[in-house]
Amino acid sequence: MSDVVIKAEGLGKKYTIGHQAENGSYLALRDVLMENARGLWNKTRDLARGRPLIVGDTHEEMWALRDVSFEIRRGETVGIIGRNGAGKSTLLKVLSRITEPSAGRVTIKGRVASLLEVGTGFHPELTGRENIYLNGAVLGMTRAEIKRKFDEIVAFAEVERFLDTPVKRYSSGMYVRLAFAVAAHLEPEILVVDEVLAVGDAKFQKKSLGKMGEIADGGRTVLFVSHNMGAITSLVRNCLLLHNGELVTIGPPEQVVRQYLDRNSSLAQSIAQRTDRFGTGEIRFIDCVITDTLNGSPREDFFSQDDVYLTMTLLVKQEMKFWVSVQLVEVDSGRAIMLADTALHGLELRAREGEEVTLTLHFPAIRLLEGMYSVTLNVFEGSSIERCDRVSDAVRFTILPTDLYGVGRTVGSAQGVVHLEHEWLDVANQTLSRSK
Amino acid sequence: MTSDTTIASHDEPVLVLEPGRADKHYWMDLWRFRELFIILAWRDLSVRYKQTVIGVLWAIIRPFLTMVVFTVVFGGLAGLPSEGDAPYALMVFAGLLPWTLFANSLSEASNSLVDNANLISKVYFPRLVVPSAAMVTALVDFLISLAILAGLMVFYRYAPGPQILLLPAFTLLALLAALGPSLWLTALNVKYRDFRYTIPFIVQFGLYVSPVGFSSQTIPERWRALYGLNPMVGVIEGFRWCILGGEAPLFGTSFIVSLVVVAFFLWFGISQFRKMEKSFADLI
Repeated sequence: MSDVVIKAEGLGKKYTIGHQAENGSYLALRDVLMENARGLWNKTRDLARGRPLIVGDTHEEMWALRDVSFEIRRGETVGIIGRNGAGKSTLLKVLSRITEPSAGRVTIKGRVASLLEVGTGFHPELTGRENIYLNGAVLGMTRAEIKRKFDEIVAFAEVERFLDTPVKRYSSGMYVRLAFAVAAHLEPEILVVDEVLAVGDAKFQKKSLGKMGEIADGGRTVLFVSHNMGAITSLVRNCLLLHNGELVTIGPPEQVVRQYLDRNSSLAQSIAQRTDRFGTGEIRFIDCVITDTLNGSPREDFFSQDDVYLTMTLLVKQEMKFWVSVQLVEVDSGRAIMLADTALHGLELRAREGEEVTLTLHFPAIRLLEGMYSVTLNVFEGSSIERCDRVSDAVRFTILPTDLYGVGRTVGSAQGVVHLEHEWLDVANQTLSRSK
Repeated sequence: MTSDTTIASHDEPVLVLEPGRADKHYWMDLWRFRELFIILAWRDLSVRYKQTVIGVLWAIIRPFLTMVVFTVVFGGLAGLPSEGDAPYALMVFAGLLPWTLFANSLSEASNSLVDNANLISKVYFPRLVVPSAAMVTALVDFLISLAILAGLMVFYRYAPGPQILLLPAFTLLALLAALGPSLWLTALNVKYRDFRYTIPFIVQFGLYVSPVGFSSQTIPERWRALYGLNPMVGVIEGFRWCILGGEAPLFGTSFIVSLVVVAFFLWFGISQFRKMEKSFADLI
């Protein structure tokens, strides 16, 4: 029933980087002639001096993809993740026939449509109506198909009133909405999508994400690249992780995303240089990192039940007592979620002149839901409310939709901001049983 | 990682991508993308006339003025003979029409791939669609100029013979003559952008080495075969014959040589284009 529709075997893609061509994005014939002349001269010179000839020393081969093998079954939604330059887009380009593989083989069953960019082929001089037809044809729709879906596309994009206006007069939001709307109404057997969900405002992004979910549920095979780990975990059943052109893992999204995040521990920037701060400066924050273990490496993305450690470093000018407060803010709404301060716990902090103090705030199983959170740091002197330093938005972290109960259903932003620990009880032991 | 699963083909198309694999379905694919061809051609046309003041008139003014100048310079000042009893202006225009079609097709098509770089790097389709769609604009300009020809013929009270029915065939020949070289040039242009500068030169130079402003009968008989190496010689002779009548060129040496040259360039252009086609997305 679920047969293989895409099969890649030892797939590789090689690019040749010419070191002479670095200054421009394209080659000019004159450069090639110059290069050949120079090469010939160098060779003659080397030959005259009795040195061996080195061939190809000015060209370097770069494997954007190397020995990638996988299988994708019909109706599967597959996510592709990896750092910039990991080969995600190259893989999509090979699968959508835009570029030819340099090694290996791909067998594809069914018609592929690729969506590597929204609005490919849009022409600014043409009207919205004209661009729908143009873009549709570029993406592989027939005229009849576009005609049939025309009203649906227009309604989805919310541009009814501007259909006969050239798109150069559109706001960027309208432009993007129209472009995505056309693409969202493609109905190929296999759809290949590259990071196009990251367009438009938050509301439209949500709508697009919903549409993607619909497409995936409609039994079509979808492959998509995203940096939005939330979208990956909520939409995808299977996930590929690429690193430097090689396939690292393929598996269930949460496991693969976690592996990716662990690899991808980027360094949080030091906040010592920030100048947008308030306070006397008697004591100030010079560093703040978020980690998943005590003394672990910095991380940005977490699941709802992860441990979160917020470690801050303060520099003290002169011997003093102080107290620290940390505020968590949900970025989208700007709403404060909670305040954690040392005074509240009855803690007293003291430091000597010139000392660097490190403090860690630990959230066991954080239980915040999907979203981006920002941390604001405050330090006050003694037991007063005289502010010594305040750094707003010192660090941010993201919570991904999480399958909290291991039943294959994720809890995300639709279910609120926090998920309190709770359980369902059935005292009489009559109605509750586990599905499956 | 790879199991022995084989992909059985029932009703769905099965596509195998491998390095250097010749695409068996290429021409079928090209047919499948005919709607894209139409819509790209339509886009070029509508964009072209959207931001111009006199729009379509450009297609009339340019060849008309060139005709006036050529008639005065070659027919008047240089005193070159016309073809048969045809008025010199008519003879010039009958040559100018196919030449303009050829020149415009060549320049539109040669720049087409680079102009559509965003499409090439983001979507798959047989790349041949792009240069051939670009030639449609030139064809439409040509059809508009045909109206001037009709006007001129009325003005000179010059009725064409039944051979005028063959005009579409020679129009096609002019397009094919342009298609071969432009496919080669547009593909080269992707890799070496300076090929774009050769096109105005070819067009300007070609105007004088082709029998546009003068009749090819002014060329001595023994040089005709050599002259036919310029493929436009055969095309222009054909046009003049259709419009002005006179001796059929179909068996003339220069015409046959031209035909061979057109066929050669077409073959050469297509094969070079297909060879380079696969790397367009990587280079553009």
